[in-house]
Amino acid sequence: MSAVDETRQAGSPPEGAQDAILSTSGVTKVFGGLVAVEDVSFVIPRSRIVSIIGPNGAGKTTFFNMLTGLYKPTFGRIDFDGRDITGRRPDRIMALGVARTFQNIRLFATMSAVENVMVGQHARMKAGLFGSILRTPRVRKEEERVTAKAREELTYVGLSEDVHDQMSVNLSYGDQRRLEIARALSSDPKLLLLDEPTAGMNPQESKALTDFMRKLRDERGVSILLIEHDMQVVMEVSEHITVLDHGTKIAEGSPQEVRQNRRVIEAYLGKQAERDHAGRDQAERG
Amino acid sequence: MPRPKTDQKTLLTAAIAVPLIVIFTSQLLDMSMGMALILGVLILLRLLFADNRAITIGIMVALLVWAVYLPLAHEENSEFLGIAVLILAYSVMALGLNIIVGYAGLLDLGYVAFFALGALTAGWFMSGFYAEAGKGGNGISALVSDPAASLPGIHLNFVLVAILAIIICAVAGMIIGLPTLRLRGDYIAIVTLAFGEIIGRIVINGDELHYKDVPLLGGPLEDLFGTGANFSAGRQGITPIDKIDFPGIEPFKSLDLRPWFWTALVLVLIVLFVNYRLRDSRLGRAWIALREDEVAAASMGVPLVKTKLLAYATGAAFGGMAGVFLASLLNTVNADQFQFFFSIFILAMVILGGLGSIEGVLVGAATLVYLNFKFIPDVNAKPREWFNLDLDMSELSSAIYGFLLVMMMILRPEGLIPERRRKLELTEGVGVGATTGVGAAESDVYEARA
Repeated sequence: MSAVDETRQAGSPPEGAQDAILSTSGVTKVFGGLVAVEDVSFVIPRSRIVSIIGPNGAGKTTFFNMLTGLYKPTFGRIDFDGRDITGRRPDRIMALGVARTFQNIRLFATMSAVENVMVGQHARMKAGLFGSILRTPRVRKEEERVTAKAREELTYVGLSEDVHDQMSVNLSYGDQRRLEIARALSSDPKLLLLDEPTAGMNPQESKALTDFMRKLRDERGVSILLIEHDMQVVMEVSEHITVLDHGTKIAEGSPQEVRQNRRVIEAYLGKQAERDHAGRDQAERG
Repeated sequence: MPRPKTDQKTLLTAAIAVPLIVIFTSQLLDMSMGMALILGVLILLRLLFADNRAITIGIMVALLVWAVYLPLAHEENSEFLGIAVLILAYSVMALGLNIIVGYAGLLDLGYVAFFALGALTAGWFMSGFYAEAGKGGNGISALVSDPAASLPGIHLNFVLVAILAIIICAVAGMIIGLPTLRLRGDYIAIVTLAFGEIIGRIVINGDELHYKDVPLLGGPLEDLFGTGANFSAGRQGITPIDKIDFPGIEPFKSLDLRPWFWTALVLVLIVLFVNYRLRDSRLGRAWIALREDEVAAASMGVPLVKTKLLAYATGAAFGGMAGVFLASLLNTVNADQFQFFFSIFILAMVILGGLGSIEGVLVGAATLVYLNFKFIPDVNAKPREWFNLDLDMSELSSAIYGFLLVMMMILRPEGLIPERRRKLELTEGVGVGATTGVGAAESDVYEARA
């Protein structure tokens, strides 16, 4: 814990904790006997790009899943936009304005790109069972609006018109990533969670994505939380970084601060001095 | 003049399918040759002009006119009409199950429960079963003509009973759906299978269930249904059931199948309409999303509980509706009808035709009804005549279904007329790797949060 305190004193605390879009306090997740995430508190300021990094198995995705409601935190509290969302259902959290993408792309494979994005707007639609059967003028209008919006979002993320009606599984890898972002964006989220969005991308594509993230933040005021392994992307785009290791927060601060933090370097590269003494211990952790 | 589609695949399909349909309907189903040929021509045009919206709509209207005229081309109690009425009634069931299994991907092996409840609703409200009901045992009736109106028991109009059955089954569907919400795949199948059996048992033992023993509601229920009223007639069955009866025209007769055919046709059209409308709606997309990837669907704002329960309720409602019709047609509500085999029979129609494919399910229903009610009885009768054998082939019907399904799985796993999504999934091996594979790998960390 001391390292965390050090960083806080040395660097800038997360600016304006009162103006946070999302804040967690003491969030812990236990699977059976395994503590996947332990006592993590952090804050995402409004309209900022914030990253979570950490070695494999550090609990990043588990933490993500708690933020989006797929997991219920064992302890702790999550506040979004002034509301306690701890343990709420995923669709409710989505409706409040938290949208996400997945580490391994999870599109609705046999639906077209447009249909995928239309599902993303589910929470923003009203049509019920009987309205849909009778196709009332209101439902018809809503369908038109949602379809138009879906195409708009697809164009916004850079998918050309000729793939809009193709089945999502037939799209190229990069287009599938973009489609996932379009699907998440279509619900007009206040906070967008991206789980390793540049995985499998070449440097040019990664660059295009980081530019896109900035554009998104500037044009729409969306806050972005990023899980990422590509350090170049993380350091370039993030305004604030939180580092997890073995489920606990070991550091946070600006990219510059995190880069120089001793514990972060240890987590990634191993402990130089203690290697001889605790070699076996380290091997087990890795 | 729009040009017909002339790519090889379409021509090949047309060349094989159209003569087959004509032969099947005219020779095996005993449809009149003229009507069979018209059907063949309409289907040929449908295949060739699939891209043209105006022509497709024209063909659909022509098909409807053809279907309405069909009974007039046959004798009023011909064997063909008997089979045709059954095909339509079972189509309603299969299209209902298609919503649960085909759209939402919830494998339901207990669909017989809704047939049972629908038929039982007919037994309660369209027969003399509650002989003590009404003031002084005079019976209760609504919108029915004589003689039903003046007989003891409860005699309501078919439409009213159908609406009651829809409500009862929709509620039952949701209740049965509740315990499956946290389950996936095969586990859902087991739970629904059990519920199908439970409902069957309750109907068989229902003669011991007296309304007067119901806590709190016992008094009012007894007042409504008459003293000593019970839940069902048990093994004895409830018979006769009122024939369908609309004010202004005389009640349907067992020997004139034409009005039955038209009524069943209207039911099918209602279900078709609902199926088509729901498929391209917010709810339909949510169902397909759920089928593809539950975790992603929930994360995209699809409420799992509500969406699944709506699928169960909608599917169950149609099962109930068809149940009322069949009870009235068959003139009995017999607990022996409510067997596990019935669920499989309907499910086989959906799978044979193509999961999620509306046209396919209709073809599947026609094929299996023909097999079950004509082919197997014929095959059963013929060798006995020829060889003077005492051999009961009806015992073999399960084997014939099994054989048919195995052949389907090998030759055409996507069904006779596959839904475009399924076709893609099975022929190109997509979706499986992209969704289910990943889902399986991650399922150990995913908490099923219903």
